[in-house]
Amino acid sequence: MVRVDGSGAAGSLIQVRGLDKTYRRGNEDIDVLQGLNLDVDKGDFVAFMGPSGSGKTTLLNLLGGLDVPTRGTISVAGDEITHMSRDKLTHWRARHVGFIFQMYNLIPVLTAFHNVELPLLLTKLSKAERRKHVETALSIVGLGERMRHYPRELSGGQEQRVAIARAIVADPTFLLCDEPTGDLDRKSADEVMDLVKRLVNEHGKTVLMVTHDPVVARQANTTLHLEKGVLVEAGARQAAVAGGAS
Amino acid sequence: MKFSRLILANLFRKKARLVLTIGSFAVALFLFALLGVVNDAFSRGADVVSADRLVTINRTSIINTIPLSYRDEILRIPGVKYVTHDNWFGGVYQDPKNFFPQFVIDPENQRQVFPELIVPDDQWNAFLKDRQGTIVGAATMQRFGWKIGDRIPITTTIYGLAGKHFEFNIDGVYHGAKPEDDETQFWFQWEYFKESVPDQLKGQVGWYTIRIANPDDAPRIAKAIDNMYLNSPYETKTETESAFAQGWVKQFGNIKFLIVSIGTVVFFTLLLVTGNTMAISVRERTNELGVLKAIGFSDRAVLGFILGESIVIALAGCVGLLLALVAIPVLGRALAGLLPPLLVTAKTLAYGVIAALVVGFASGILPAYGAMRLSVVNALRRV
Repeated sequence: MVRVDGSGAAGSLIQVRGLDKTYRRGNEDIDVLQGLNLDVDKGDFVAFMGPSGSGKTTLLNLLGGLDVPTRGTISVAGDEITHMSRDKLTHWRARHVGFIFQMYNLIPVLTAFHNVELPLLLTKLSKAERRKHVETALSIVGLGERMRHYPRELSGGQEQRVAIARAIVADPTFLLCDEPTGDLDRKSADEVMDLVKRLVNEHGKTVLMVTHDPVVARQANTTLHLEKGVLVEAGARQAAVAGGAS
Repeated sequence: MKFSRLILANLFRKKARLVLTIGSFAVALFLFALLGVVNDAFSRGADVVSADRLVTINRTSIINTIPLSYRDEILRIPGVKYVTHDNWFGGVYQDPKNFFPQFVIDPENQRQVFPELIVPDDQWNAFLKDRQGTIVGAATMQRFGWKIGDRIPITTTIYGLAGKHFEFNIDGVYHGAKPEDDETQFWFQWEYFKESVPDQLKGQVGWYTIRIANPDDAPRIAKAIDNMYLNSPYETKTETESAFAQGWVKQFGNIKFLIVSIGTVVFFTLLLVTGNTMAISVRERTNELGVLKAIGFSDRAVLGFILGESIVIALAGCVGLLLALVAIPVLGRALAGLLPPLLVTAKTLAYGVIAALVVGFASGILPAYGAMRLSVVNALRRV
């Protein structure tokens, strides 16, 4: 269950309270997020929508421990991450977060296999164990046969599926997707979203996704709108569909 | 080791750039080895000399002679074991470019004073019996393809004998006890020389080399020799063989300063070139570094990757040292007689590897530090 009013249960997987983020540009302070609250349970699939500059990516960066808030707290599975040191946050990210980016962001000089293996290099797994995990992740995304291919030898949709395999290979607590279909044609976008839904429905993954695309957002269980730095609307997928129909 | 694939994959990202950067290192290290070897060659005279030897020359200059009669007087000084004398011959074999040093020696004491220059007894005995005999260093024998029994014509250019031909029979070959010993000399007998020079030079020698019983007595004995001939027509200057060798090298100018200056410029340029290459390489993949950090690679790991790359390039550049190992002996043979023996020592190679590592580290550290400090959010924004 997703809530934005700060009334979530203590057991929420992700709990955000009073989150502010202010950037300084020249002499001007720009408030990107203002007093944002959010509760996300395990297995939720949340889409964040909003106009450009509304703070969607900033929120994702804060939830993923890539950036630190000006005020407020973020707790994930009981870990309060907002006061972690840079080093500790790096280790936390490795263990808990899987990132999927709009531009796939694969390392071009590594094969699909070695791109997916990257997060496992930070673990104590043996080479054989790493291989097994990578093969499993690539088979989940349907690219078991393409593991020796370099990114330049793959289509955009395939590259994004490799990126998804990289995001899930270390079995993170949740996935953060920043416009995962933003660079794909509709067919490839549908394939990628089918895959993300499978991760939620069949593998119990928690997914938080930023998108501009309402079609993509409708795939999520819950869509939240960010406007002027606050989450102004929340609703279950059914409610959003019902609202759209009326 | 599990990160080595990532380091190597990044290195091979731009193959032409990699080859050129490694090539820069290789050329610089080759030059480093060559300069080091030349410096060693010139300073070796001071390094390989024996601590128990003194050299006495005419106080005015080494080109002025001193009387042969000094030999027995010097020998009587307490602490002196052996005295031998030499003259510079200044001869030409076929062509002036075929230079090698020829010395008129005192066969009686040569081997006692220079025991490290080894001649087999049978060859030495043949030499003693042959007035026109010569003993030649192994390097000069090899250079001209001579063999024992060959007859060698030499034309001298000094002692008022300019243009006079001397004929020598090769009776033996000497080898140095150590690789760095000079094996280019050509020795022949005092008696053969004496009968040809003008009368006023018959009792004159170029310099004395004195072997003493205890190196600690060197200052006392040197002073005693020079005091003995003070205010005489042939005043002397006696110093340790080491000081004499250093003075000899100084005649060529400050070789070490020259070599260090060239080496410094080369490595500083290399540092700039490699540092710039690494900086470009890091800037090109800022986004990828951001991704690595996002998925959990620490700042230190990223620092390590970049430094690792620059150090691997530096180590690959050590191929220049291997090239030096092969090429310098060839060069040394081509320049035999013009320069002291050019020997690539383990010390030179080790210094080369250390220099490569230092430049590799120094050129990588700034880009690596920049990558380490990179903010993930900013890095991910760059495409």
